[in-house]
Amino acid sequence: MAAATMTADDSQVTSRTVPIAKQPAPTHVAAVAIDKAYRKGDMKVPVLRGVDLCVSHGEFLAIVGQSGCGKSTLLHLLGLLDGPDVGEVRLKGKRIDDLPTSTRDELRNRVFGFVFQFYHLLPELTLLENVMTPMMIRHSAWEFWKRRTEFKEQAEEIVRKVGLEHRRRHKPSELSGGEMQRAAIARSLVGKPQILLADEPTGNLDASTGGEIMDVLARLNADEGLTIIMVTHDDRLAHEASRIVRLSEGRIQRLEDAA
Amino acid sequence: MYKLLLSGRYLRTRFIALASIVSVMLGVATMIVVNSVMAGFSGEMKVRLHGILADMMVESVSSDGFDDSESVIQAINQVAGDHIEAITPVIEVYGMMSFDWPGGTITQPVTLVGIDPQGKDMVSAIRQYMMSRQEIREDGRLVRAPLRQLDAPFDWELTDEAMQHRREWLQWERIRARAEQHQGAVMYPEPSVEGESLGGGDPFANATNPFDDDPLAVDDEQPDEQIADTRDPDAPLSARVFIGVGLISYPYVESETGKTRTMMMLEPGEDVRFTTVTTGTPDAARFAATVADVFKSGMSEYDSTLVFCNLEELQLARKMLSPLDEKDWRNGSVTSLQIKLKDYDDAGIVAQKLLASLPAGEFQVRTWEQKQGPLLQAVEVEAAILNVLLFLIIAVAGFGILAIFYMIVVEKTRDIGILKALGASSGGVMSIFLAYGLGLGVVGSGVGVGLGLLFVKYINEIEDGVSWLTGRKVFDETIYYFHEIPTSVHPAMVVWVAIGAMAIAVLASVLPARRASQLDPVQALRYE
Repeated sequence: MAAATMTADDSQVTSRTVPIAKQPAPTHVAAVAIDKAYRKGDMKVPVLRGVDLCVSHGEFLAIVGQSGCGKSTLLHLLGLLDGPDVGEVRLKGKRIDDLPTSTRDELRNRVFGFVFQFYHLLPELTLLENVMTPMMIRHSAWEFWKRRTEFKEQAEEIVRKVGLEHRRRHKPSELSGGEMQRAAIARSLVGKPQILLADEPTGNLDASTGGEIMDVLARLNADEGLTIIMVTHDDRLAHEASRIVRLSEGRIQRLEDAA
Repeated sequence: MYKLLLSGRYLRTRFIALASIVSVMLGVATMIVVNSVMAGFSGEMKVRLHGILADMMVESVSSDGFDDSESVIQAINQVAGDHIEAITPVIEVYGMMSFDWPGGTITQPVTLVGIDPQGKDMVSAIRQYMMSRQEIREDGRLVRAPLRQLDAPFDWELTDEAMQHRREWLQWERIRARAEQHQGAVMYPEPSVEGESLGGGDPFANATNPFDDDPLAVDDEQPDEQIADTRDPDAPLSARVFIGVGLISYPYVESETGKTRTMMMLEPGEDVRFTTVTTGTPDAARFAATVADVFKSGMSEYDSTLVFCNLEELQLARKMLSPLDEKDWRNGSVTSLQIKLKDYDDAGIVAQKLLASLPAGEFQVRTWEQKQGPLLQAVEVEAAILNVLLFLIIAVAGFGILAIFYMIVVEKTRDIGILKALGASSGGVMSIFLAYGLGLGVVGSGVGVGLGLLFVKYINEIEDGVSWLTGRKVFDETIYYFHEIPTSVHPAMVVWVAIGAMAIAVLASVLPARRASQLDPVQALRYE
């Protein structure tokens, strides 16, 4: 299964993309020699130091590491929420991190789907409206109004898929954690993204609910061939993925096949 | 779409924003109320100013006037007759008016306006201000019904009540005069006038001016002693006047009730004495006249200075008639012509035409607005300043919106991060808050407009309520001459106030909206 790769070695920063050897699956999204630092006052705090990562089409990748190792940052960089200081982010071989803001906004909307640890649903909107948000962002008000029934059906189908049809008129505050996370997954899927970026999707849930969420993700990956990159600190969950990348102190420590 | 949806939801769910809606609303409502009342007052004032004056005045530069008034009227009709509905000749001159009142003679400066009632009636809406045609109310109670119909002929006739009052008054005067003769006291230094007033038995009681029968005696002010008394001794004098109510009354506070009432020092039917100047080398011109009616226009400037009198009598007194025995204004000179236009909008054109055709340097052509320019301008400046000040209230509300929006942006940091993660552009996020601001402005000014219009509609009821609550009359009729607070709502004003309020709400939300749009999504999402 998993294929592509990369590496960074423990001690030194290297930036070398390793050609795909074993599998023919082409690279879907890749991070190339990425450096990223945050400023705290006058201090520069390095978060990522020369990270190389390739994710193939249809791969389910888990990024594992301690808190503060930069795994969320890596996910944000891949999803164009942030830009790297050095290095490139590539989508199907094309550099995307230096595109104009509006193009990056559009890529976030069309190519990537985000799922966060704290669900991040908009509290003012109902579940169904939350799920439809990416479509509202994608289309102009007029366009959305014209095709609202179509979008609504689309959203309702996905809500049904994640098993929340009985909750679709509820506000997030009326949902349980698991339901909220399923709603967030539905929202990330409504725009038919190519890549799903999940940041600790089960981090705030109990084991059994977390398990349900993982099942949903695994099914999406298996049935629909969705490329999934998931950040977690839980090794057990990481093993649901097809490949695991371990990050430590801003570097990739180890790659392993999970399965 | 998400912008509209979210701004709508924020509008519905953030109750703190209601605070800023309330301030926008109050500002808008205040502006509408104040503007409507001011427009009502100034509109009413203009009606009154206009009612006493006429659309347009052609005035002689000299106070001696011009004598060929008919040919001037003809010339005017020739030049601009298409625009003119009516023209009437007028004499305006300053003078003194005096009458007796317990405690002594009261003398007041007046502007004497010689008019031809029929002509004046055609150029201005003066008849409605005559007190004999008005009902008198006190504290909302009808005290006296109109003594004659509003559409009764407008002339110098006295009402029956005035005639009755005259008889009683003359009787009393005669008794008093006899008593004074007895004591040998000379109370009135002007025998001719007093003599006329006294009527019966008096040599001048023919109720005409002494000069009528003896043109040569004009210079000598002394009346001809030989005129026979052939008429009703109680008949009013041939010179009649309409006197402004302010000249013959004063307000006083009734001690028992604490209410302000008006004391009339003179009633229609009594005589008053006038002194003005003759034409040519100014000399005193004196005549007595019977008060035919009292007018109350509500403009204190007019009510306390103007006295309308017969054009011919004034011409006679001022020696403006050329065959002095012919009492017809056409024989004499007048000082100005008052014109009523068919359409007041043509005033500019007519003024130009008249100025071009009339002999240069002899005439002044002015509209009533130009004549009252300083007053009207003062009112306009006042309104403008008030509007600026009131608009500042809305501007203050704008700062309230700014502060509250900043708070909401901080509160919504995470949501903004999510929206950006989902692909919303900075512009999109910004427009959520701009639309939110606009929404506040629309709701605030909408409710404000409604509230303001309601307030204006029920302003008199509200005034009654406030008066009742405070036990003090908020709007005193005796001061303003209005039974009710006049209001006038200009739709354009309402629209501008609403647009202004919305613009301020949007402007106030620009800064918070920019801040929201510049939020870094990673930063926004990090604080979990």
